[in-house]
Amino acid sequence: MAILAGKKVIIIGDRDGIPGPAIEECAKSAGAEVVFSSTECFV
Amino acid sequence: MKTVIKGAGYILAHTPDMVLHNGTTQTTERIVNPESEYLKELPSHLRDWNTVLGYWPNQVYIGNKTPDDLAAIPQPWCDKTCDVNDRFGPYGQMMPQEEFLLMMQAVDVFSLVKLEKSFVETYKPVLAQNPLIDESILNRIVEGIDGAEIARLVAEEHSEGLYHNNVLVGCVNRAHDIDVNLSAHVMHENMVSKASSVLALLAALKNAGIDKNDVEYVVDCCEEACGDMNQRGGGNFAKAAAEIAGLNNATGSDVRGFCAGPAHALIDAASLVAAGTFKTVVVTAGGCTAKLGMNGKDHVKKGLPIMEDMIGGFCIVLTQDDGVSPEINLNIVGRHTVGTGSAPQAVISSLVTESLDRNGLKITDIDKYSPEMQNPDITKPAGAGDVPLANYKMIAALAVKRGEIGRADIASFADKYGLTGWAPTQGHIPSGVPAIGYLCDKIKAGEMNRAMIIGKGSLFLGRMTNLFDGASFVIQANSGPEAPAGVSEDEVKKMIAKAMREFAATLLAAEE
Repeated sequence: MAILAGKKVIIIGDRDGIPGPAIEECAKSAGAEVVFSSTECFV
Repeated sequence: MKTVIKGAGYILAHTPDMVLHNGTTQTTERIVNPESEYLKELPSHLRDWNTVLGYWPNQVYIGNKTPDDLAAIPQPWCDKTCDVNDRFGPYGQMMPQEEFLLMMQAVDVFSLVKLEKSFVETYKPVLAQNPLIDESILNRIVEGIDGAEIARLVAEEHSEGLYHNNVLVGCVNRAHDIDVNLSAHVMHENMVSKASSVLALLAALKNAGIDKNDVEYVVDCCEEACGDMNQRGGGNFAKAAAEIAGLNNATGSDVRGFCAGPAHALIDAASLVAAGTFKTVVVTAGGCTAKLGMNGKDHVKKGLPIMEDMIGGFCIVLTQDDGVSPEINLNIVGRHTVGTGSAPQAVISSLVTESLDRNGLKITDIDKYSPEMQNPDITKPAGAGDVPLANYKMIAALAVKRGEIGRADIASFADKYGLTGWAPTQGHIPSGVPAIGYLCDKIKAGEMNRAMIIGKGSLFLGRMTNLFDGASFVIQANSGPEAPAGVSEDEVKKMIAKAMREFAATLLAAEE
């Protein structure tokens, strides 16, 4: 948990993996500040 | 009323020159880094016709090989040659670039596609040998024009060049001087989509064994948009393709949903048949030039051939029940709703288990799942992993959570309930639908009962919503004749007689 506390994070999620908003929620709950989050399609 | 899958058509067109000139990875690179090593290296990585004929995933796509055969071949596949290299297969065909360029002219009704005179003279007789191409299509191909005029059109009139073996052999003209939606680039993209859709339509109708005049409605589910500056996505690819394919009794419309388009379109089409609105509806889609060579940089960097050199197309024919063909069960339809959210567990639940739960079924009651069927030979070297496998792992994880399989079964779930991906990375083309031909064959052979098709769409790419999308449906073995609706005349007579007897009995009882 502590590794993200107080850190700014950039999130790129995967349509067929873990989408951005899901990672965003996890990162926020770990104390991170989400500065950018998006989901991309790699296919 | 039940809807059955009467037939399917799958086609591929080999378009190596369009990889160079029309794929967005390449067109973008030419703008931002015109002298790049990638652009210099790229031509030597293009595959020739014989190589694509012998490429395992291509032979699976047109039905000469099955996904089971493919799964038995160790990856990578690009360094192996399939023991079948026929361009024709039970589901359709592969078309070489020269024939496909003629097809582009055949589907053009505004004289926008120009081909060089000797090119037409050389290859029109070749296209005439194609069993799917009849006089009605051949007669649409006009005598070619002078090569110098084509060069002038490309140099001075913003026409999009058509190349074969890196030689300019034709062009697509703009359809308006200033309207960007009718630019040569857009017209080229749409003409490719239309030509591949027509070919898929012809393949599917032949395989379904139905008369062209029986088709009442066509649904197109590609990812292109046709229209002008006043209605950018006005449409309609479906009716435009139906006209060329000779479906004189059909009209149609376009359904869009990024890669989930085909799943939405098939649910729509099946519902139209089930409701009795139309007796025969076909769902069709052509392919996409923009995605040609999409992962080319990684392929070239790793010394691999460019495997995204095939334009894809598919078509599914749906009819009223024939008592034999596999049916689409419209009670088991899954959908990702606005409120579903984006957590992987919620996504898979909405697409897979919610509809199964409503019907008292478990994840393991489905024999095979067909989610995104992208060819891992293409995606793995590009860092996108094995997409079908990623989807199977998520379904398996949910099955463990629900107590339907053991944790130890996750590893074997993909083998048992999944398929190895073989479809080209053409967006909507690999999205669940490539397996329909194979699954119907298996169901008809009695080797399978139920299969789920899952389409997923990246709506967020359009920047109108941050939402993801998806839809699913189940194909199952034909359940036999439906019980007649309502009550028969005999039954009515029996009911009246019974009521009169009871009435008489009450009168007798009253007298006593």
